[in-house]
Amino acid sequence: MSSKIQIKGIRDGLLITLGDGTWEEQHQELITQLRSQAGFLQGARLAIDVGGSILKAADLGQLTRELSEAGFTLFALISESPTTERSAQSFGLATRLPKPGAARTVAGSTEPDGEPALLVSRTLRSGYNLQYQGHVVVIGDVNPGAQVIARGDVIVWGKLRGMVHAGAEGDEGAIVCALDLSPTQLRIASAIAVTPKRRGKPQPEMARLVKGQVVAEVWDPKRERL
Amino acid sequence: MTGKAITVTSGKGGVGKTTVTANLGAALANFGHKVVCIDADIGLRNLDVVLGLENRIVYDLVDIVEGRCRLRQAMIRDKRLPELFLIPAAQTRDKSAISPSDMVTLADDLRAEFDYILFDSPAGIERGFRNAVAPADMVLVVTNPEVSAVRDADRIIGLVEAEEKGPARLVINRIKPEMVRRGDMLGVDDILELLAVQLVGLVPDDENVLLSTNRGLPVVLDGKSKAGLAFRNIARRVMGEEVPFMHFDETGGFLNRITRLIRPGGN
Repeated sequence: MSSKIQIKGIRDGLLITLGDGTWEEQHQELITQLRSQAGFLQGARLAIDVGGSILKAADLGQLTRELSEAGFTLFALISESPTTERSAQSFGLATRLPKPGAARTVAGSTEPDGEPALLVSRTLRSGYNLQYQGHVVVIGDVNPGAQVIARGDVIVWGKLRGMVHAGAEGDEGAIVCALDLSPTQLRIASAIAVTPKRRGKPQPEMARLVKGQVVAEVWDPKRERL
Repeated sequence: MTGKAITVTSGKGGVGKTTVTANLGAALANFGHKVVCIDADIGLRNLDVVLGLENRIVYDLVDIVEGRCRLRQAMIRDKRLPELFLIPAAQTRDKSAISPSDMVTLADDLRAEFDYILFDSPAGIERGFRNAVAPADMVLVVTNPEVSAVRDADRIIGLVEAEEKGPARLVINRIKPEMVRRGDMLGVDDILELLAVQLVGLVPDDENVLLSTNRGLPVVLDGKSKAGLAFRNIARRVMGEEVPFMHFDETGGFLNRITRLIRPGGN
């Protein structure tokens, strides 16, 4: 059982393709190989292709532990077996390598100081009622007769012509932004406003509460933000 | 050969669903296709009147569904257009007499024999609408250039999408060229911008439509009427042809555009 292991550099680290055999054999071979080249491979990010072998969660747990003790990071486990793929996914490992030239993969989430929001990529037509316990982002139009009610902010990348209520549970800091802000009625917390007759062509606007009054201002990229 | 089921609907009443169904049916039949028009407006039937076949009704849609007659017995052949048939609605029952699955079965029974199966939907968004839309391969939404009709069309288009029958096609009926020219009527562009669906027909307001409806003679058979031409164009688009849209002097000549530029200021 001489080395059937192949090691190859890929964009995100090293791809190690194991030879045929059971997981026990592959595992043994892999550890031997990594030990013998420890100095050369030190600290590498590894993707391991195990072929058709079946790895249970316990096997994978042992493997990741051994690898991290040896100073490696396992980021992907490629397999033809669905069972193995599922175990890998439960460990948060990738099971597919990005194709060359593809956009980068997003490894988990880094949780900046943001808040989650609901993204809706469609036009909301008359009669559509969207309610959400948080922020709402609509990519599309909100037509007259549709309504959007959110506990947080509402952002519409399109024409907002329906009814919108931001900060519906009383958040007076909530805002409403739209590329064309002309709702039938706009509410923020307990304040209600209607759209005045527009002059000129639509511009992106942001509405918020200033001293209990709804104020809509044209989005000016040079102006200082909130 | 499998026929195509087309449902004509609108949400709002009185925008011309029945007129569109009757004329589209007559136009398709006139182009040599075998067509059956089905009135799904149970309790408020109208299509038979518009087609002038009222006095020949023996059996109706509910009789078919409830097994009191065979499909053939309820079909009325139009004497002027031998390729055009009508299945009338029952006048003494209501929408709950049939279910969406009855309509699907009916359409499937008719597909083998007909090229086009047209359903005239009732107004509204309730049972009657769902009955009419259930069998559709294509949905035509009829609207008028007025705010309330466009609002309802928007709602209907959303419901059609939700029933996975989308995308709906749009017919704008009763356009008054004179008012559009003056800028007093909702323009075609404004409507399309809001509804964002494919347009298949622009029908001008035309007295001949009313006359022909009262006489029970579809206006498409009138070679001179503008509305008749518009309906023939809709039929050709439904058949898959590319037909340019009629102009209502909307973009007009140079002088027109100048007057339109000046006029809003004067109001």
